Amino acid sequence: MTAAPLHSAFRSSASEAWASGAGLLLPLGFFAGTATMVPFTLGSEAELLSRVGPGILWLALALSSMVTLERVFQADLQDGALDLWLQDAGSISLIAAIKTLTHWLVSGFPLVLLTPLIGFMLGVPSEKMVPAMLGYAMGGLVFFLWGGVAAALSASVSRAGLLIALIALPLYVPALIFGVQMVESGIDSPSFLFLSACTLFALGVAPAAMGAALRLAAE
Amino acid sequence: MSKTRLLHGQGLGAVRGERVLFRDVSVSAHSGELILLRGANGSGKTTLLRQLAGLSETQAGTIERAGLHHWIGHTNGLKAHETPRSHLRHWAKVWGSKRDVGAILKGIGLARPANVPCRMLSAGQKRRTALARLALDDRKLWLLDEPFNALDTDGQELLAQRIEAHRAAGGAVIAALHGASPIEADIEVAL
Repeated sequence: MTAAPLHSAFRSSASEAWASGAGLLLPLGFFAGTATMVPFTLGSEAELLSRVGPGILWLALALSSMVTLERVFQADLQDGALDLWLQDAGSISLIAAIKTLTHWLVSGFPLVLLTPLIGFMLGVPSEKMVPAMLGYAMGGLVFFLWGGVAAALSASVSRAGLLIALIALPLYVPALIFGVQMVESGIDSPSFLFLSACTLFALGVAPAAMGAALRLAAE
Repeated sequence: MSKTRLLHGQGLGAVRGERVLFRDVSVSAHSGELILLRGANGSGKTTLLRQLAGLSETQAGTIERAGLHHWIGHTNGLKAHETPRSHLRHWAKVWGSKRDVGAILKGIGLARPANVPCRMLSAGQKRRTALARLALDDRKLWLLDEPFNALDTDGQELLAQRIEAHRAAGGAVIAALHGASPIEADIEVAL
């Protein structure tokens, strides 16, 4: 298989992500909105906010990944595009991986860029900002990949949002644990290596799982 | 003209829940042939076609394929935001086709709505867009599920001509059809 199908899959899912809803703005607004709610619910003491700030951002990232993934494969199944992808044998895992990675790039990665602003608002110490951004980038990748598996598994379910959450949230936990610890203890800690391991494991396993789930969904 | 075998399905069967949809069906497509799958609603025409296309597991029997085929399902495979032009360009890239998309659109009567998003097209225009994919890449075997659905008289004639031309060029077509057929079939498989 050449790179041309993967390139076209990237282009089409980027324009699809853009066309469905407000594209970039929707998850960004969700992320920023959730983070802004925090001082109202927990009180505005600076010390408390700077302590819980990074954790709150992890939660917002996990939730916003699921908001964007609900329709990724469901739309393909309903409009018949999945059948067309399945015709060209063997490539569906790669195509599915490209689709989820595109969604991460369009709606996950911008959250990383927004982190300094929201982190500053919550009073997260500046030395924690770089580990936090790195953690959100890698953790976000894990979230989107496992979220993609959940979305592929529930592609034929009409109201898939809750099911995706049920399937994907337990898979988010390891990355969440190591990610939060990494923000606390810095890049040169074992947690960084464990988070990297989580990311690599998801990159290796999730595409095959998505491919198998999509074949099943098309039956 | 020598007849090469493009697809051979032997002893195929399908079960839905506790009901046997069909059993021991054999379909064999040679170049130049048009095979129609006939049967009432719910008799399993689409299921059989999906099995032949490799989209559904066969529950009995074996299928041998000689190469790639074109698939036109009862869904068109179009996204709401795509235009006929962007849809064809996309699949031309995926399949590595260098064909002129503009000429293909003109040939199938979509020159005017070529840049209109699919959510604003009529059912027949969407069907024509899907059928235009057949011209993107030369594939010997076409698998068509209710291809004449939603097409107007012009469109039906055009598709019938395309199918005849494809057969004359050594291709084969397997189509599921429930209504009267505008084209003469070589073989009818009744389900």
